[in-house]
Amino acid sequence: MHTLSVQTQSTAITEPRWVRYTLISITLIFLSLFLLIPLISVFTEGLRGGINKYFAAMVEPDAIAAIQLTLITAAIAVPLNLVFGVAAAWAIAKFEFTGKSLLITLIDLPFAVSPVISGLIFVLLFGLQGVFGEWLAASDIKLIFAVPGIVLATIFVTFPFVARELIPLLQSQGNDEEEAALVLGATGWQTFWHVTLPNIKWGLLYGVILCNARAMGEFGAVSVVSGHIRGLTNTMPLHVEILYNEYNFIAAFAVASLLAILALITLALKTFVEWRVQTQVLINDPDVAS
Amino acid sequence: MFKPFFSSRWIVLSCLFSSFAAYADVSLLNVSYDPTRELYQAYNPAFIAHWQKKTGETLKLQQSHGGSGKQARSVIDGLQADVVTLALAYDIDAIADKAGLLPKDWQSRFPYNSTPYTSTIVFLVRKGNPKQIKDWDDLIKPGVSVITPNPKTSGGARWNYLAAWGYAQLKTGSADKAREFVSKLFKNVPILDSGARGATTTFVQRGIGDVLIAWENEAFLALQEFGKDRFEIITPSRSILAEPPVAVVEKVAKAHNTLAVSQAYIEYLYSTEGQTIAAQNFYRPRAEIVAAKFANKFPKLELFTINQLFVDWRTAQKTHFDDQGVFDQIYLSTQK
Repeated sequence: MHTLSVQTQSTAITEPRWVRYTLISITLIFLSLFLLIPLISVFTEGLRGGINKYFAAMVEPDAIAAIQLTLITAAIAVPLNLVFGVAAAWAIAKFEFTGKSLLITLIDLPFAVSPVISGLIFVLLFGLQGVFGEWLAASDIKLIFAVPGIVLATIFVTFPFVARELIPLLQSQGNDEEEAALVLGATGWQTFWHVTLPNIKWGLLYGVILCNARAMGEFGAVSVVSGHIRGLTNTMPLHVEILYNEYNFIAAFAVASLLAILALITLALKTFVEWRVQTQVLINDPDVAS
Repeated sequence: MFKPFFSSRWIVLSCLFSSFAAYADVSLLNVSYDPTRELYQAYNPAFIAHWQKKTGETLKLQQSHGGSGKQARSVIDGLQADVVTLALAYDIDAIADKAGLLPKDWQSRFPYNSTPYTSTIVFLVRKGNPKQIKDWDDLIKPGVSVITPNPKTSGGARWNYLAAWGYAQLKTGSADKAREFVSKLFKNVPILDSGARGATTTFVQRGIGDVLIAWENEAFLALQEFGKDRFEIITPSRSILAEPPVAVVEKVAKAHNTLAVSQAYIEYLYSTEGQTIAAQNFYRPRAEIVAAKFANKFPKLELFTINQLFVDWRTAQKTHFDDQGVFDQIYLSTQK
């Protein structure tokens, strides 16, 4: 940690003092205008009717159903993307094969398209008028406007987070340690478990946190495939919108503040992991620090 | 915007809460439009009690609300609605035409064109009526800012548009003059929200505009929610009889084995209790006894129907709201 602070201090600063302070104050004013004040107002609006109304909004059956659905969705989407992300990153970083750049582009696709389009893709595929619509209806399988559709859309939108985080990490580490392990007689699985995973664990955790944050906060794609059935297919962000539209502002902001609390915890965790990653890099590669 | 976090403690918590979910014999999904939230929140428990008494079955009623056109689209794409209660007949026509989920003559299945309650289009202004808005003619005056949602996406907005058109056509006797009137009106519209509820929020919460053209029920509800000390309702001399229709989505209900209860759900809207709940939620009831009881609540005005001036919804939709229709032409000209 000390090395880190020394590193930032040692950067040569040539700008005059007033430039620095102007820039700092612009940043602070901008941050408080666009981030801090809205964040505070979410909480004050939620608490406007008193603490009892605030908590009543969260234990109301539809709110509980929304919280449950959000948690279930994240609980399915995040582990799946964790497994996929590690596999994809491993394949891309460690092997050479044709179509590799195409695969990387495909992984990035969910970042490139608007979430609403991501949702519509599933409606066009699995909706009643869609490609598989008739077959699904005949087999009595409900994907769209039901929980599976919401999970699918969330997985799609959060696809790149873990893989994108791991690919540069694995690439920068190279194959030396793995090769050494193999030479010493380790199996592929042992190599992954004892050599690769410890090296990437903080990066992996960072990816998972981001993936989870997006999975719980996603609005656009989920909104398209949800069908908005109260107490059944509404996630927390959708529930906030419904409450707001019903003039139930206190409850809307109370549930929104719950999302904000989750966001703040994520932020804290993210900062912690970032710090760990940095120190890890410094320990592994002392040249960077000097 | 929000970046929430997830931990195992939440799973435990959610498992604890899962016991709260009520289990019922039969469940029914009513897919409806925005302004009926409060109406069906009141009507559903009444119907559940009625059905329990009649058959002993415990019902669970599920609601989905959104812009009328969007909701119809969802049903076409497979949202499992047993019953649809939408803002205008055209949206249910679309379900019949595009997905064949109910017969094309669905509107003859229940009394009064399958509309158990009606409404009309009125104005909501700020307290004291600072711009002195009395009738439709005041909306096209320069300097009056009018809030109405987008007729391309909102059912309520289409009623607003047709009400303005009908008023002008009946007053001047000419469709050209009516078109000119509506063009002038839309010149005064600064924002087109996508839905009726969004437009109300723009006017009431965000404080934009001098007058909101709205469903009468939506205006009454805004008055109740936000206070008579802040807004007043202005009823124009003449407006459209807005008929939000209801229907059983027969194919879906058959598959769910809920045809009988879906039928009963809609029929009960016509009962004295159903009509009273509609009236309490600011919809004009059809039943005369109930209408008489609530007569002083709903101001009298001259009402014209869509069939009187625009043939029917399919025709009105095609002429005015489809791509390159009259609304598109008008709106393009106001942007210049």
